[in-house]
Amino acid sequence: MRIVLRARGDFEEWRTAARALLSQGTVPRDIEWVSEDAAGSDLFSAPASPPIGGAAPVSVPKAFLPLAESLICHSDPSRFDLAYRLLWRLQTEHALLHIRSDPDVARAHAFDRSVHRDSHKMHAFVRFKEVPASGQRRAFVSWFEPDHFIVARNAGFFRRRFADMDWLIATPKGAISWDGTDVRFCDAPADKPDIQDDADDLWRTYFANIFNPARLKVKMMQTEMPKKYWKNLPEADLIPDLIAGAEHRGRDMAARQASDTVPKFHERLHGRKP
Amino acid sequence: MKKSLKARLAILSDAAKYDASCASSGTTRRDSSGSGGQESGGLGSTEGSGICHAYAPDGRCISLLKILMTNFCIYDCAYCINRSSSNVERARFSPEEVIWLTLEFYRRNYIEGLFLSSGIIRNSDYTMEQMVRIARDLRVTHNFRGYIHLKTIPDASAKLIEEAGLFADRLSINIELPTDAGVEKFAPQKHPRNIRRSMGELKTKIDEAGEPTLRTRRRKTFAPAGQSTQMIIGADEASDATILGTSAGLYDAYRLRRVYYSAFSPIPDASKALPLIKPPLVREHRLYQADWLYRFYGFGIEEITAGRPDGMLDLTIDPKLAWALENRGRFPVDINTADKEMLLRVPGFGTKTVKAILSARQFKRLAMGDLMRLKVSVKKVQAFVTASGWSPLKLIDRSDLRSLFVPEPQQLVLL
Repeated sequence: MRIVLRARGDFEEWRTAARALLSQGTVPRDIEWVSEDAAGSDLFSAPASPPIGGAAPVSVPKAFLPLAESLICHSDPSRFDLAYRLLWRLQTEHALLHIRSDPDVARAHAFDRSVHRDSHKMHAFVRFKEVPASGQRRAFVSWFEPDHFIVARNAGFFRRRFADMDWLIATPKGAISWDGTDVRFCDAPADKPDIQDDADDLWRTYFANIFNPARLKVKMMQTEMPKKYWKNLPEADLIPDLIAGAEHRGRDMAARQASDTVPKFHERLHGRKP
Repeated sequence: MKKSLKARLAILSDAAKYDASCASSGTTRRDSSGSGGQESGGLGSTEGSGICHAYAPDGRCISLLKILMTNFCIYDCAYCINRSSSNVERARFSPEEVIWLTLEFYRRNYIEGLFLSSGIIRNSDYTMEQMVRIARDLRVTHNFRGYIHLKTIPDASAKLIEEAGLFADRLSINIELPTDAGVEKFAPQKHPRNIRRSMGELKTKIDEAGEPTLRTRRRKTFAPAGQSTQMIIGADEASDATILGTSAGLYDAYRLRRVYYSAFSPIPDASKALPLIKPPLVREHRLYQADWLYRFYGFGIEEITAGRPDGMLDLTIDPKLAWALENRGRFPVDINTADKEMLLRVPGFGTKTVKAILSARQFKRLAMGDLMRLKVSVKKVQAFVTASGWSPLKLIDRSDLRSLFVPEPQQLVLL
């Protein structure tokens, strides 16, 4: 049986379909899950509407819901199948989620980790640029490129943090905005805005100067801030030059002896001895 | 002519980079949206774990705007770039400028908040007063709910420290060097006894704030993210055993959240009293690993440092592996029956792995495949564990076991 979910296939839609399928006793291997987005223009995949109604209440351990919500945000096409297989197995294997080393549970957690990491990177690497405001409140716009369908689930974070300003975060996987009253989400792919913000120059000054050239650890930096994010970070194009200059700056400092003269105010404070 | 804001930002962030901490975690949850009974309309939030908004090519997290209010300083500490005898370029921010930078950086989501430190100008109280004013204005005037870390000036008055704790998430005082003799030698105007007294006073205030009062049933807020400190490694002769002993003492006596180790790094116009060497980064890394073993894995400091007579940690392999190789009689450990304390001692098992093992083994017998799916490196643990279908008895007795873990020597190339 083929189940086609609308657009990217969100959690509510998967849940409605999964409940109905479960109460009909449909085994996981008999279902082929596809989202419209992933199916693309496949002519032979005429959308089959998900089975509706007639679902008996389904109970699951409390930990399943947040896990399923998170893994349905993953961009891997097998996510719907994995979530349904877990749901199916949980009906008889009640302790399943306690066995992290089970192949399905381990995979679900790997998806969950990846979605969490993506969200965390969104919290970290969104860079707001100021745009002219229409009213009293200042207004900011950002462009971010997430790996997974995480934009809507992170609206709360930005609302809690940036309550007193208007903001819009545009991404290829939809956009969220806040105007002091409502959070809005739109799942249509957005375009990258072209905005300059003078504060970026101060931030770049800070980034270049907080870096310690004597402690170069490029691999460590790239593990945490992979290159795929660099194009949207105003500070990242400084990195190659900072790395290139680091060795001689370090050597320079090491080679240079302390100067024999001391500042005048030191003389006044402590006498001549450096 | 007065230097531009940008030029001063360059000087005063350069001057702040030798402070290792950039943590923004472990404070109370706050936000500006007006939920949870909080007044709305401000700026900022803290949600438990910190966020690193960028990484510099030195591999360090940039979470906070870490700057000095001024790098003028009346003290002459040999290891410090800002010591009075250094010819480094000097600058100063006004409190308004620090506030403006913090808020504008925060609005653009560059940072989690402010880590403010300062050289000491005029006297300790004058300097501390300016810093407290910045924190107070951020909180009270600007409704700022992001993270604030203030480096307290050791000899500042108790009243100022108390006020700092009302507005800051974290306070810290640097212990500077691992031994009192080191501090007296390299930081002649600082006094180890005063530093410890200040830490003790902070601890008392933090503890008091943690207890509900009878009258209000509400807890006061005082530096909810606690206190931390930093010591410089490699500037004096202190061994790793001495350093870790000092840390353990600090953790126990003052309940510090963190002790930061900062590998002494060459600074421009360095004092002649100090070695001009590459910073001992591997040593610093091993100290952090040992520190972790002490705080989260149930190891005693003397166990970690017993391996070598000179009290230094092995630089080639991590301290947990080194301990396991020294104590082979305690292995292999059966992952299906061993207690938590012993599982935590297996090289290659982290605290999360141990938790997952303890949970899963209630329902099935675990094999090496289970460990693989828990993302454990089988290569690293196989000599130290038994599992369903796996026994390493020959491996653990091999005399060359250590060599299986030591990285390949690097081939030399012609110049």
